[in-house]
Formats: sequence, structure tokens, C-alpha cells
Amino acid sequence: MDIVVLMKQVPDTSALIRIGEDKVSISTEDVKWVINHYDEMAVEEALRIKEQQGKGKVTVLTVGKETAVATLRTVLAMGADEGILISDPALEAIDPQITAKVIAAALKNIHFDLIIAGHRAVDDDAYFVPTAVAEYLSIPFLSMVIRQEIKEGKIQCVQTVKNGSMVVETELPALIATQRGLNEPRYPTMLNIMKAKKKSVEIKTLSDIGLSLEEFGPNALKTKITSLTYAPKRKAGEMIDGETVGEKATQLVQLLRAKAVIL
Amino acid sequence: MPNNVMFFAEHTDAGFGKSAFEGMSEGRRLANQLNGTLTAVVIGAGTQDNAQELAQYGADRILICDDPALNDFDADQFTSILVDIVKQNTPDILLFGTSLNDKAVATLLATRLDLGVATECLKFTLQEERLVATRTMYGGKLVAQVMIEGKPQIACIRANAFPIIQDLRITEQIMVEPQLKVSKIRVIDKKLNSLDKVVELTEATVIVSGGRAMGGPDFSLLEELADLLGGAVGASRVAVDQGWRPHSDQVGQTGKVVSPKLYVACGISGAMQHLAGMGTSECIVAINKDNQAPIFHYADYGIVEDVFEMVPAIIEELKRQGR
Repeated sequence: MDIVVLMKQVPDTSALIRIGEDKVSISTEDVKWVINHYDEMAVEEALRIKEQQGKGKVTVLTVGKETAVATLRTVLAMGADEGILISDPALEAIDPQITAKVIAAALKNIHFDLIIAGHRAVDDDAYFVPTAVAEYLSIPFLSMVIRQEIKEGKIQCVQTVKNGSMVVETELPALIATQRGLNEPRYPTMLNIMKAKKKSVEIKTLSDIGLSLEEFGPNALKTKITSLTYAPKRKAGEMIDGETVGEKATQLVQLLRAKAVIL
Repeated sequence: MPNNVMFFAEHTDAGFGKSAFEGMSEGRRLANQLNGTLTAVVIGAGTQDNAQELAQYGADRILICDDPALNDFDADQFTSILVDIVKQNTPDILLFGTSLNDKAVATLLATRLDLGVATECLKFTLQEERLVATRTMYGGKLVAQVMIEGKPQIACIRANAFPIIQDLRITEQIMVEPQLKVSKIRVIDKKLNSLDKVVELTEATVIVSGGRAMGGPDFSLLEELADLLGGAVGASRVAVDQGWRPHSDQVGQTGKVVSPKLYVACGISGAMQHLAGMGTSECIVAINKDNQAPIFHYADYGIVEDVFEMVPAIIEELKRQGR
């Protein structure tokens, strides 16, 4: 079975984020880039399916800057077979809508039976790309997947929903999106890190995947960030002192009532 | 032509959630500023009986699509119905609630109509009658102003970000006949918790969360406190990784992003990735034995105590006051 994983490189969640000079994007200097946590689970699940079936190919696809090559190397070291980066100066102005269009176009020339993506990226929290890619490719989409089973051209998934879980089934090819609980991603072994150096990372431009540059650029954006500011920092408040826990509890409840936080 | 605001009110087996009323109230506010109308759209099974509830939150019109075949949510099916409604009614602004189903319909609709969408919005302003959304990025570290292109402008709200405002109106109800199509997805089984007990974490007004110091899967103390305050129980990443709580309870950058009125962090050290999930809470109370825990740097009220001694004392105090 051929599986494509959609990956996004994001700043490490514990990294300091600085606003860039243009005031509408972040400064990419000194940023520690990592694979989006949910996409890492997507890679892991793809590898498990391949190992279980004993055959197939796992291709990891990403859109972004050349810095993403390092992250592709990491997933190749986990065991993925091939990495593809779509990178183009015309993608300097990018939003989730454009990303999805580019991914869908790239996928027209790649054989797949299944696509796995993270349900969201933790940098822009847009929740957009997996849904849109499945729609552009006219394939079924199942999100929030915590377990999957492939049988006779179908995939059956357990997905988390608002107040419980559901078991659903659809025909392949399909796109599924990961949720925490699906698996624990593996660490690359030394041997696989060495092997990964010989695996191929292809870098393609928009014209390589048959897209015309005129459709891209700032005017193609469907959502446009007009300003970025730092979120107001929360300050340390009041420490509640008292002789006993009872005294502290009385004080806390009083304070919360006074501020109408509880009634 | 008046400026029309439309709101997709998610309807589940449990009826409307809080975010439906929050979205309606914000839709009404925007419609008033634009001298326009507010139309609610309800799609599902058994929706007709509940739809009138939306009249209390400022709906001029309610479009109701009620069909037993729509009992199970199906993003593809629901979006197709909504696309037809949008084409016929040509709203200028189309708002959605906060659930994953809301986001699924919003993003699918935006894809089909080649429009923009902003999710998890905290605030809206109008500039020359166009919607500008405020939303956070990078785990709450940055605040972005976002212009949404196209018509309608599509946006999803974040739970607890908008006040619920009652505004009872004479409301016109219109039934919509859905054009149903064969679903690509087959539902085999559903396991849902009993509806009366569940307060969805992202919509909860009060959240009591436990972390490493809980020491095990027994969260009954936190459940009791949450019950007394009408809230829900959450957990830190450590507590979930240890298998003490389900993944759906995790608050943080790689879990749920919540914004309750009151967040009580019990035995949670408060790493940056946890703050990313609850930093917009109105009031944070931290209880931790370790007075050096980072959470005290951003809690509104801090108590240096053992959770297992402090939480029972708070429970007792609340009960003494007649809770």
C-alpha cells in the first residue's frame, strides 16, 4: 500500500516567537523547527501500516521553505521512504488555502492508497488543510482518528467526537487525520539515521507540479494577516496565605466571589 | 440590500450547545452594526422542535432543515445543504460555532466556494462593513488581525470568547428541503457518554485540571470540585501521558485550547505548552506544593499547598456556603 503523509514544519512549542520586521509574519532567525506533533503521529501510523503489510511505500510531502529539508530528514530517519518539499519564491505569501491547493496539485502525480495528516498544525491552528486536500482530490475524509484498520479496500476508523467516540468506515483511497491517542511516535535509531542520508529528498517548484505562478502571490491569499502583536503577558497575581488550609480556602472563595468569578 | 449575517447553529442529540448561543449573540451584534438581518441555519434530525430556542438570541429568520437521514453528522452532506442555502440567501458574513464539526463544515464550504475562513476567533470588528477577525497563533503567544476574503466572509468562534445576550424577536421560521446524497462514510457504531453529565471541556465555564502531583488516575477530588462549580475536569500532558486521564481531557498546545471563566490548576507545574492551552482563561487559580512552579508566574491566585489537602478544604468551604 502506498501512503502519503502530509507534514508541516512548525516552531518548537517551547520556543520563543518573535514578530518579524514586516509585522505580519514571524522572524525565522534562530527558530528551532520541529515536525508538527500530529504529523509525527501520521508518519508513525504510516510506518506501522507498511510494516504490518510487509510492503508499500511511505512518502512524506511538505510545503515550505528549504529549512523543511531538515525535518524531512528526521522523518526519513524514522523510516519513511521518500521526502518531497514543494518550495517556491511565489509561496512567500501563503495561507492554508494556498497550501491545500499546492498539496492537491502535487498529489496528482503521486500514487497513493491512503493519505494521513495531522488534524491541525500547532502554529496557526487553522484546521483547514486536511479537509481541503481531501475535497480537492474528491476522496473521503475522516478526522480525529485514534485507531484504524484496513481491510479489502476499506478503512475502518475509531474517531473521537464531542462526547465520545464513533466507528466509521469508508472506501480507499481516503484521507485520515490523526488525534492524540493514535500512537506514540518512534525515535530514529542510529542505523536509520545513517540509512536516511542515502534516501532522496526531492525539492520541487510550482511549475514542476504543473501550477502557473500567476495563480499565486499576495493577491491569491484568502486570509490575510494584517497585523501581529504579542499576546498580553499574564502577570503573577496574589499568593494566598493563611495558617491552615481552611483559612486559605475561605480567602480564595471570598476573592473569587468578590470578582464574580463564581457566584 | 441590507447586510446579512448568517449563523450555522450546530444541533446535536443534546440540542444546542453554549457556543451556538454565543455565536448567535455575536451575529446579532454585527447585524445591528451593519443595519442588517441575522439568519440562523439549523441542520439535523429533530431540529424543528428546538429551533425556536434561537429566537431568544436575536434571530430574524431561522432556516430549518430537519430530516431523519441527517441524524449522524456528515460534513460532506451538511456542507452540500449549506452551500445551497448560501447560494440562495447570499449572506455577507457566515459565522460558525466552535466544535470540530463546525470547523469541518466551515472549511469544506470555504473550499467549495473558494473563500477564506478564520477559525478560533476571539473578537470581530468591522472595517468599511468588512469583518476583521482577531485570533491567536503560535500557542497563544501572538495575536493576529485577519482579513477574510470573499463573500460571504467565513469565521468560526472560540468558546467562551463572546457573551450570550438575550434578544427575543418575532422570528420567521422557514423549512428547507434538503437535497440528500449518498454518504461516502458509513457509521458502524457510536459510543456516547450520557448527555446530562457531560460538560464539553472547551465550552466549560469552569475547569479543574490535574497534573503530575495527582500521582495516579484517581481524580475524584477534582471531579467533586468541578461538579460543585458546574464545570469540567481537565488534565495536563503529563497526566494524560501517564494514562491517568483520556486524551480528550488534555489541555495545552497539543491538546485542547480552553478559555473558561475559572481555571483551577491542581498540581500542574505550568510549562509553556500548558499555558498555550489555557492562557486566555479569565481567572487562573494554581495549587502546587512547589513554590517555584512556573504556574505561579501567571496565576491570578496562587496557593502553595498539597492538592490533596487544599482541594478538600475548598470543597468544604463551598459546601458550607450552601453549594
